[in-house]
Amino acid sequence: MEILAPLFLQAGYNTALVTIGAALLGASAGAIGSFVLLRKRALVSDAISHATLPGLALAFIAMVWLTGEGRSLPGLMLGSALTAGLGLLAVDWLTRRTRLAEDAAIGAVLSVFFGFGVVLMTVIQTLNTGEQAGLAGYLLGSTAGMLRSEAELIAVAAGVTGAAIFALRRPFTLVCFDPEYAGGRGYPTGRVDLALMGLLLAVTVIGLKVAGLVLIVALTITPPVTARLWTDRPGQMVVIAALLGAAAAWIGTAISASGEGLPTGALIVLVAFALFVISLLLSPKRGLLAGLIRQRRFQTLVHERQGLLAILRNEPIYDSLTLRRLKARGWLRADGQVTPEGLSAARRAEADAARWQLYRQSHPAEAELLSGRMMEPMARVLPPDLLAELDSRLALAAAKRGEAL
Amino acid sequence: MTATAELVVDAGRRIAQDHPESPLAIAGLTVRYGDKPVLFGVDYATPPGAMLAIIGPNGAGKSTLIKAALGIVPKVTGEVTLFGRPQAQERHRIAYVPQRAGVDWDFPATVLDVVLMGLYREMGLWRFTGARHRKTALDCLERVGMRNFADRQIGQLSGGQQQRVFLARALAQDAELYVMDEPFAGVDAATERAIITVLKELNARGKTIICVHHDLATVAEYFTHVLIVNMHKIAEGPVAEAFTEANLQAAYGGRLSGAQVTRLAGASS
Amino acid sequence: MNPFLQLTLTPMLIGVLAACACALPGNFLLLRRQSLIGDAISHVALPGIVAAYLLTGTLSATAMFLGATGAALLAVALIELVRRLGRVEPGAAMGVVFTTLFALGVLMLEQSASRNLHLDVEHALYGNLESLIWLEGTSWSALLDPAALAGMPPQIFRLALVLAGLALFTVTFWRELMIGTFDPSFAQSIGARPRLFNIALVGLVAIAAVASFDAVGSIIVIAMFICPPAAARLMTDRLSRQIWWSMGFASASAILGYVLAGYGPMWFGSPHSVSAAGMIATVSGVILAGTALFGPRRRQNLAA
Repeated sequence: MEILAPLFLQAGYNTALVTIGAALLGASAGAIGSFVLLRKRALVSDAISHATLPGLALAFIAMVWLTGEGRSLPGLMLGSALTAGLGLLAVDWLTRRTRLAEDAAIGAVLSVFFGFGVVLMTVIQTLNTGEQAGLAGYLLGSTAGMLRSEAELIAVAAGVTGAAIFALRRPFTLVCFDPEYAGGRGYPTGRVDLALMGLLLAVTVIGLKVAGLVLIVALTITPPVTARLWTDRPGQMVVIAALLGAAAAWIGTAISASGEGLPTGALIVLVAFALFVISLLLSPKRGLLAGLIRQRRFQTLVHERQGLLAILRNEPIYDSLTLRRLKARGWLRADGQVTPEGLSAARRAEADAARWQLYRQSHPAEAELLSGRMMEPMARVLPPDLLAELDSRLALAAAKRGEAL
Repeated sequence: MTATAELVVDAGRRIAQDHPESPLAIAGLTVRYGDKPVLFGVDYATPPGAMLAIIGPNGAGKSTLIKAALGIVPKVTGEVTLFGRPQAQERHRIAYVPQRAGVDWDFPATVLDVVLMGLYREMGLWRFTGARHRKTALDCLERVGMRNFADRQIGQLSGGQQQRVFLARALAQDAELYVMDEPFAGVDAATERAIITVLKELNARGKTIICVHHDLATVAEYFTHVLIVNMHKIAEGPVAEAFTEANLQAAYGGRLSGAQVTRLAGASS
Repeated sequence: MNPFLQLTLTPMLIGVLAACACALPGNFLLLRRQSLIGDAISHVALPGIVAAYLLTGTLSATAMFLGATGAALLAVALIELVRRLGRVEPGAAMGVVFTTLFALGVLMLEQSASRNLHLDVEHALYGNLESLIWLEGTSWSALLDPAALAGMPPQIFRLALVLAGLALFTVTFWRELMIGTFDPSFAQSIGARPRLFNIALVGLVAIAAVASFDAVGSIIVIAMFICPPAAARLMTDRLSRQIWWSMGFASASAILGYVLAGYGPMWFGSPHSVSAAGMIATVSGVILAGTALFGPRRRQNLAA
């Protein structure tokens, strides 16, 4: 297999360097993207990435004027960072100063900046420098023929960005989770947000050459969304997203290096999406399969419980699913007669229902948290001491009612 | 009420058919959001001509109950009938007033535009607004004291004024059943008086009113019936019978102090 | 010979029609906080067009139209699926889906022979507005000559038809669109079918995007979905007036942008024109910036 060599870094120094650089970039993008996702601003990266185009073009034009050679990666990165920063400010300004919502501001900025970038690109075509083709790679990403110095720059910059994200993980987590509390604790929320967006911008600019400006967005969104399927905890989410991002970038770059007509950016994005689909199906927490099973189980249990309570009160049961379930559990005979097991199951259900009722009264907050497990036998939900307390209080209440009669 | 009778879940799935005269009857209504059940096996038949408060602690499923009953949110199981018939067929006899906070008040529309939405069903295929529709809408605004605001942009209204506009829209629907989600939440005292006056007047003309209500102190004064829910139905009936210390304790548990409960329930009898 | 009729009239008219066709449904997207649907749909037209080419082997307008529309609808369905099944917030769901489909398009393009054809990424991005000329328009009388009119670029008729259809839909279902946008739960309670109209609106957005696409490229499409309605929102507090303003802004962007792209560089002494599509998007941005600074309704109303 041709793919194995690049996958295990055996396809030459340059390819190995590019692969490692891409993986570092993927990790940084996944990590910073997680915070941005938690801040509910995922598509800001879309505005940032499209807003790099005029900067790229301007930097190219400026460098051609000054040196006659426009393709230096650091220069292009600087230029694109400049207009991307302006785009970010424009989004911020539109949402703050006008009634427009952030989604409209993002869309306006990305289309206008990109449109202006296209105007500049046509200007470049008229310059006749013969090297404008070098800029096309930034639209869709291309690692083919990347210089060693470029690959080193990407790897180092991605590594530094990753380290910065790691250093700032605590303030980021706090501000994403509860900005007001973070403000109260003395964190400068505004500046933390600025750092967050600045690092997102850095990742975008670094990733332009590898993934291209349309597809770099995916690296900051898809791995975090995937990570969210596996965990509810922000700390874990960032780590998982970084790993997923690194894996997608690594595998995507390796596949891309293994043959012709395999664009790097597109493959990285498709690998990231494949990881998402697998997670969506299989994750035990929020996965589809698990959810489907839980939903069916819950519905069945609801019908069983309702049927049992109806049995206890000698009420007729009309619902066909309820009847089927009761018969399947052996609680009802085929002719509709209640079996002894059915009667004892009904008593248990009634007792559990009474316990739940009392528990919700006496411990409303905890009961709310546990309400997802309402259909399970109470003994599996609560510790024995609490259960005994509930039972003794129920017995007391029953005795009181007996006296009153 | 015994401790367990409140847990009655399946009092016969045919409660709805058994109450053909009830403006809104539900049976075995179960709803959940994600993994959390919000409502569980609620049976209820609204008495015709009632002025009903649905009460219960925060997160008890009060709003969900009416939204599920009107087909706005999906239900897991359960049946709903309006005037003894399936919900979709009798929609025109109902005026629903959603929570004020649920809409974008920055929407580019005037007060009159919003009230005209209530006349949606009366407009023909081309749905042009005629002079007749305008007059109806202005009359409804008059009834809530907002006629002079007809051309105001809705974003310029205070919370109480927004609620009055929503009520005017419901009046324009000329319904038989008014279902309102927290109509008194966050409104000023004058608006609260104005709203309750209009509602009582509608009720006196035989209309049924259902309000999700959060202020226990005014239940006895405003309403004839209560439905107390906390995921399950806790109690139902005329205010004098169902709005009792025991039922409130059962619904609110630790959320209200014993003294509060006693005072509130005492006020009703 | 009449250079205005032959070289300027049709591209400008096509620009105006495309801009209005996108801006019209864009007004409702803006108010529903769904502006970026237009962005997503424009990105996924590329895979749609490539797939249509690979399936049919032709670059006929019909095949491309169907391919792009299909991809747009698929994208919307996928976004909804990802949002619901993965419980992902709408923006992120959009990001996941449109980047993936775009990546798929890029991969298919690179893998197929179609990269040798004029179907390339640049075309999809920039369109070819400047080339949609009308050689038969030699004099003003040609405007009344059926034979000469038949020589007009077919995009003009396609876009006029789409714009007329969109306008008819908006007028006919004005109440449903308005109620469903302002207050979906109320709309549901009176049977105004907000979900159905939401789907219909997205379908129309897809059709507007795809029809405009071939002529003007995806940049204008995204810009016109968002900028003119956003600028119009800052001018008025009435929905009907907002829509008229947006039509005006869209037309102004198209005309001014086209003129600036063609003649602007000359003022700087350059003999080359620049991308009309890019310039139209840029002008719409300048208009938005102007209304954001000076529009009479740029701020949110404060409650009295």
